[in-house]
Amino acid sequence: MNRWNKIAAAGLLATLGGWASAQAMDPMQVRGWASTCATCHGTAGIAQPGMESLAGVNKDEMLKKMLDFKTGKRPATLMHLHTKGYSEEQLQALAAYFAALKR
Amino acid sequence: MKRRQLIQVAGAGSVLGAMGMITGCATSGGSGGPHVVVVGGGYGGATAAKYIRLWSEQSIRVTLVEPSAAFISCPISNLVLGGTKTMADITISYDNLAKRHGVNVVRDMVTSIDADKRTVKLASGGELSYDRLVLSPGVDFMWETLPGMSKPGAQDKVLHAWKAGPQTVALRKQLEAMPDGGVYALSIPLAPYRCPPGPYERACQVASYFAKAKPKSKVLILDANDDVTSKGPLFKKAWADRYKGMVEYRPKHNVVDVDAATNTLKFEFNDDVKAAVLNVLPAMRAGDIAVKTGLATANKRWCEIDFLTHEAKAAKNIHVLGDSIQVAPLMPKSGHMANQHGKTCAAAVVALLTGKPPNTLPIYNNTCYSFVSADEAVHVASVHRYDAAQKTMLTVPGSTGVSKAANELEGGYAMGWARNIWADTLA
Repeated sequence: MNRWNKIAAAGLLATLGGWASAQAMDPMQVRGWASTCATCHGTAGIAQPGMESLAGVNKDEMLKKMLDFKTGKRPATLMHLHTKGYSEEQLQALAAYFAALKR
Repeated sequence: MKRRQLIQVAGAGSVLGAMGMITGCATSGGSGGPHVVVVGGGYGGATAAKYIRLWSEQSIRVTLVEPSAAFISCPISNLVLGGTKTMADITISYDNLAKRHGVNVVRDMVTSIDADKRTVKLASGGELSYDRLVLSPGVDFMWETLPGMSKPGAQDKVLHAWKAGPQTVALRKQLEAMPDGGVYALSIPLAPYRCPPGPYERACQVASYFAKAKPKSKVLILDANDDVTSKGPLFKKAWADRYKGMVEYRPKHNVVDVDAATNTLKFEFNDDVKAAVLNVLPAMRAGDIAVKTGLATANKRWCEIDFLTHEAKAAKNIHVLGDSIQVAPLMPKSGHMANQHGKTCAAAVVALLTGKPPNTLPIYNNTCYSFVSADEAVHVASVHRYDAAQKTMLTVPGSTGVSKAANELEGGYAMGWARNIWADTLA
């Protein structure tokens, strides 16, 4: 991890509290990935009517849901496609990110 | 920031201030900090402006230059043509970008860019300095490919309505005025063009209107491509099942000229077609300002970029996003994609202006809904991941697909998508 990542991680840990994978993944990178979910699920995870908000979700429940979409266990219109775009580790990081956002 | 730039920015600020265009945000005035000028307030530019402010914690000043008084959405605008939505439904103010995020929204147009001096000239006569420029000018039309469209009045009579706004209203009026039994002919250029499924959705919406209001009328699709370019089986099923006998699809029909006086389309290989209402989508390229600045390095049409930062290959400190870019494989020119570009670009601009390395693994998605009737929709979706070896965005295996069938559930999601992307881009 380079110097910038360390500084960024330190700064972001304040908001991400208890995020276990913080050592492994660049928080700026995770923030970027999460922002691509925001197109449908709201800036900072607060959605407009018609879509689910992701801010403040239970981390483990969200991860299970994403993995079930990915494997096809849970029916979906298109989330089975989107979740296939991310590795399990990346989905873990996204679940932790949204769980840490204020509702 | 160098002293010279500070002076230039302060100077630009006072010019705009004198013109009454600076918004009243305390953190966005001439108080120092790097300055980003964003050209174009569509899905790409507006998203970039908002997210640069958010992610720099308001430390980077952002000026958004946009000629329109308000944002008008191309997505959902086909429903205005179909008569189930109004212009008010797809028009959104830029006020929240100014009020909530401190973006200086300047109603003007950039007429030239000096990449060496890092300045832009405005149509009103002003000038702005930038540390980095974000260019999101959308598409402009290659009118030179349709000589007849340069005749006086031709472009007022034969409409594209491919930039939502006055032409959307005018085309709806032409459809309303058309006598029952008339033919509405829609021509589609060779890909790539803005919004691959958009023309086919438009055919559905016009057919949906005809089915209710003028059932003897016809929708004739004249496509330069070999086949429907997006969601083909789903659109063909809609035409066969819902609009039987009303919609006719003709592939490999490349329009090479238009006679607006007689409402006639001329083709490369096929017989002329006359229709009561012509709707011609000309071939498209990057917005004029990008071409004029020498950024359209791919066939003089599209701007090649570094996908990690969206910086143009042809100019330093200028980032291009949205429909203007030379796309990566299987990447559509869509509003959703422009919103995703806006965030990748914003993160990179914030990193570069604060002396940090940009993210090395962008991953983003596309979701595009099309309405096949007033309330039933279909989607196409994909996830795109940066490939360091090929230096481009590639679709992740398994992440690309379309709906099984059109339904109201997806129609509901389509409107949910619209409300959310509008808020994420502008609120």
